[in-house]
Amino acid sequence: MIAESVVLPNRYFDSVFLMKVAKGLSGELGVSQAAVVMGTPKNLEVLASAGYTGVDTLGARPNDLVVSLKAETVEQARLAFDSLDGWLQRDGNSGRSLAPRTLNQAVKVQLGSNLALISVPGQYAAQEARRALQAGLNVFLFSDNVSVEDELALKQSALEKGLIVMGPDCGTSIIGGAGIGFANVVRRGPIGVIGGSGTGIQEVTSLVHRWGSGISHAIGVGSRDLSDDIGGISALQAIQALEADPATSVILVLSKPPGKQALAMLTDRIGRCSKPVVTCFFGMGLHNEPQDSNDVVKITYDLDAAALAAVALTGGTDQANNQAAGPDRTELIKKERALLMPGQRFIRGVFAGGTLCYQAQQVMLDAGFSVLSNEPLEKGMQLADSRRSTGHTLLDLGADEFTQGHPHPMVDSSQRAERILAEADDPSVAVLLLDVILGYSAVADPAGDLAPAIRQAKKIAQLRGGHLIVAASICGTSDDPQGLDVQTRRLEDAGAIVFDTGFSAARFAIAVAPEV
Amino acid sequence: MIEPSTPVNELLQRKIEVINIGVEDFAETLQDQGVRVVHVNWSPPAGGDLEMMRILEKLL
Repeated sequence: MIAESVVLPNRYFDSVFLMKVAKGLSGELGVSQAAVVMGTPKNLEVLASAGYTGVDTLGARPNDLVVSLKAETVEQARLAFDSLDGWLQRDGNSGRSLAPRTLNQAVKVQLGSNLALISVPGQYAAQEARRALQAGLNVFLFSDNVSVEDELALKQSALEKGLIVMGPDCGTSIIGGAGIGFANVVRRGPIGVIGGSGTGIQEVTSLVHRWGSGISHAIGVGSRDLSDDIGGISALQAIQALEADPATSVILVLSKPPGKQALAMLTDRIGRCSKPVVTCFFGMGLHNEPQDSNDVVKITYDLDAAALAAVALTGGTDQANNQAAGPDRTELIKKERALLMPGQRFIRGVFAGGTLCYQAQQVMLDAGFSVLSNEPLEKGMQLADSRRSTGHTLLDLGADEFTQGHPHPMVDSSQRAERILAEADDPSVAVLLLDVILGYSAVADPAGDLAPAIRQAKKIAQLRGGHLIVAASICGTSDDPQGLDVQTRRLEDAGAIVFDTGFSAARFAIAVAPEV
Repeated sequence: MIEPSTPVNELLQRKIEVINIGVEDFAETLQDQGVRVVHVNWSPPAGGDLEMMRILEKLL
């Protein structure tokens, strides 16, 4: 086995495209692994640690393309490198030379533009967002690693111009029925959503659709918008816009717990809203007395309750209630639990969706479980080493330490598949908790990608004489490109128990896990 | 309360038209939904040299 790398100077491509090129190259004859990345210091470090020796001595710069291969022979590596141009010219990249090269050129090409979707690496993102605002465009800022100072300045500048900045770190919006970023295919309807988290918006909009109602708009505001540093600038603008929007009759706001001042401002604004508002702030129900709802504000603490309350406010209670309750699983819980060996005690979550990981932690804490995470809901629950789970552990594989130099688990399932097997190797594990996220821009067959690992994980437990319970939720709708039924079947065929919602999967996990 | 008409309010009232900078997949997904999109063939300014980029931004 040999490892070879080449550098192509001044050839920039986006990371999602390069991931596809790497997949293509790794299918070439004799090639066992391929990595195709921009030559940033971080990427070079990841490549060197993955065994591509010497790659850091080639003088690659952030604007250079680095292609690294592991192949059986030098000749096979050379042939694979020869095929590179073909892979780089596939898909939409063939027309690149004709495309505008700057935002200002693009504005002149499409005069009616009203939104810039920015997903360049974080260090360049604020500059592009400033240009977009100057050109009079609203901004959807998918990029993360944008500083708080830049975020605040961008949002203040947008506010002065009457524009909105959705993000940074904004994964999902649905504007007028068009899904932006990672979004599910949902019916249009009377519920407007404002969200500080992409998967939170995906889950709640999918549930609204599945429970019979629909979405007017869903406005992502970025994970930090409701912190006191930013003060909820975008969320407050979004409330005003949805209040003025004739297609919206109910507003649903979801986020991690807002900062104290941001919450006060938001509460005041919601109190003056002429339309009913449903709130869902994770973690806030844990140590405080649950707050009372009233005619204007319905306070909820999980995404199922939030979606249900919003649907109820639009008059769709019966169908929603029936579907949200789900089937009675008492017998299944007894049956599954009886198969566990003594010593199988722990729940391990391997999530693609940060909010679904967060919500599952809340479910476990509510039930009195002690749970660790790399993205903990509360201080003191920090997992010491993200590579090693202990006790009850819920992992967000979309967190920085897993995505630096690697694709996000929503666009590539391989890291999750590996981690599922690693968890199965631990004989103390009883329940594996997973999420599968469908929709635009997500991987083409997420359940199919995870199915072999789920089968293998169950087999590993079985060979020890034990039993691994796999509980998986699917976030999405039957209109999503991946197909809800097909994805459900793939998971069930692999031996997973499939749930409509992340909340119900987490509730099942705590019900089936043995008392410690 | 009558809200002033702002670009944000207008964003919700008419079909979006998007300029996409970064991941090209996002442009394709929008096009598949019938949204008008122009994709920018972007590359890091100043060859990815952040210090040079800061200097250029001040000058331009």
